[in-house]
Amino acid sequence: MQTALSLRLATRLGPQPLKLAGGAALAVLLAMPALHLWTDPASSLHVSAYTLTLVGKILCYAIVALAMDLVWGYTGLLSLGHGLFFALGGYGMGMYLMRAIGHDGNYQSDLPDFMVFLDWKTLPWFWQGSEHLAWALCLAVGVPGLLALVFGWLAFRSRIKGVYFSIMTQALTYAAMLLFFRNETGFGGNNGFTDFKRILGYGIAAPGTRATLFLLTVLLLVAALAAGFWLVNSKFGRILTAIRDAESRLMFCGYNPLYYKLFIWVASAMLCGLAGALYVPQVGIINPGEMSPANSIEIAIWVAVGGRGSLIGPVLGAGFINAAKSWFTVAFPEYWLFFLGGLFIATTLFLPRGLLGLLRRHKEKA
Amino acid sequence: MADIKSSQWRYNMLGYAFSGISLGSVLLLAALGLAITYGLLGVINMAHGEMLMIGAYASYVVQNLFRSWWPGAFDAYLLAALPVAFAVTFVIGMALERLIIRHLYGRPLETLLATWGISLMLIQAVRMLFGAQNVEVANPSWLSGGWEITPALTLPYNRLAIIAFVAGVLVLTWLLLNKTRLGLFVRAVTQNRRMADSVGVPTGKVDMLAFGLGSGIAGLGGVALSQIGNVGPELGQGYIVDSFMVVVLGGVGQLAGTVTGAMGLGIVNKILEPSLGAVLGKILILGFIILFIQKRPQGLFALKGRVLD
Repeated sequence: MQTALSLRLATRLGPQPLKLAGGAALAVLLAMPALHLWTDPASSLHVSAYTLTLVGKILCYAIVALAMDLVWGYTGLLSLGHGLFFALGGYGMGMYLMRAIGHDGNYQSDLPDFMVFLDWKTLPWFWQGSEHLAWALCLAVGVPGLLALVFGWLAFRSRIKGVYFSIMTQALTYAAMLLFFRNETGFGGNNGFTDFKRILGYGIAAPGTRATLFLLTVLLLVAALAAGFWLVNSKFGRILTAIRDAESRLMFCGYNPLYYKLFIWVASAMLCGLAGALYVPQVGIINPGEMSPANSIEIAIWVAVGGRGSLIGPVLGAGFINAAKSWFTVAFPEYWLFFLGGLFIATTLFLPRGLLGLLRRHKEKA
Repeated sequence: MADIKSSQWRYNMLGYAFSGISLGSVLLLAALGLAITYGLLGVINMAHGEMLMIGAYASYVVQNLFRSWWPGAFDAYLLAALPVAFAVTFVIGMALERLIIRHLYGRPLETLLATWGISLMLIQAVRMLFGAQNVEVANPSWLSGGWEITPALTLPYNRLAIIAFVAGVLVLTWLLLNKTRLGLFVRAVTQNRRMADSVGVPTGKVDMLAFGLGSGIAGLGGVALSQIGNVGPELGQGYIVDSFMVVVLGGVGQLAGTVTGAMGLGIVNKILEPSLGAVLGKILILGFIILFIQKRPQGLFALKGRVLD
């Protein structure tokens, strides 16, 4: 038992070179904010604000991919609505950032600019308390969690799974997108939130703030990875895998899959919310476009390309695809969708276990 | 006074019912093919919306051909566009099934992602061929105008024509599924693939033809849509969620389910729209569907069987 477990742990953690590469990547990531802050902008070692923001953004995506992998790769529930949880987290944070603008907006009002524009006189009730960062963070984690809890309970209780579950989650994010596009919903409509000025009194674009947010993102990713490893290698994780592979059999063994699914589903949604909360101050904008069904499906392909059912894979996949995206959309904007579409097809047809699967197969052969 | 009010109310109701049936018939065209392929293969074709889009672009191309080569018969272009749109999407659908979906059987979630990839590529291909802007598809003269019942209520001819057209497509599909050998095979495979296979039904061929058929119906739907809305590369994306909801609500394997689902969604949508607005109405319907599948996970019209997944 002991050896089996450590063996499993070794295969989960990946082969030795991969571990080394992971350590190196972590070192580089931790060094980036320091290089941004304390090197001369002219030197070749300097990390520009653009690069720092881009990498920070991709790291947030990597956290989302990880959360997605927990429900898809391990539990077999393909969610096409994870972009919604991410965006809700972003909106929670965005509410605080909008309030923190204070009187520096275009209208010099107590209320956020878009409310003045709509001729609203008082804050809506759900904006109460959003001037405190702590409450905004509670919202950023709690709202996705609560939504996931209600939706998940209804869905899992009636044993909705497979493609049915996927298209219900897609409809959920689609409906939310329509809702947030309305001005009357109270979240800035089309334009969403932008033009942030400061966070906790520090300028939002100041190098120190950028570096801190970046560092926090790295830490969250590492913590999420660690918690993920612990979770999937625990007994609980085995039940998740059993749900994925043979749910009926698990039920005959006397387990009720409902609460296992619900737990991982809600945890995953909350992690997405946190990632969204870190994403918004770094990128500086959140709008309902983040909730479009296309965005959520893209998350699935990050996981698939990297390799689902492994925790490192989705992180790599998110990094690879988003790096490719920022390169493509500048170099050949016309061909990006062909590349992405081709990736969807090629991965599902030829790489069912993703890039990481390729590495593993290579190792197994050797 | 009360008389006027009640007659006005009646006309309003008639108006809602009409626009509801009109929306429902469009949804039905979009969802019919989806329901057939989902029932048969258990996979969701995310590129189904793009078949609508390709059908609409096919009628655009046919329209332009008529305009430049045969302007005298311009009014007839729509009739010529129907077989063209069907043929194009039929072939594309069969090619997709042969080249991609066939290799993913037994992995429905992967199929979903792969077909989404196809839809991205089709959208971008159309964008590069025809431009990202909407293209203009004119109504033939016999479809413009409307049937004026009272000054307050006019039923546009193009919507009336679509309802009639959908009824026609429905009858043909029903005949095909219930009166032909292919239809028999399709129903057999839907009910029990392995048993059908073992009594000699060529399941591979049936899958391919049914996929082509489903795509072809969507192509016909595209021709209809080109008459009532904008034709652009993203045309199909707007219908995909709604047509999934029709399938979820109606269940698979029976035409009656799809018809009820589509008409129900269309009419409820249009009844809620004036009081709640289009968006809140849609959200309410989604909430209702989520609650509904608590009671009936298989949809309104379920095939009875004893299959455990």
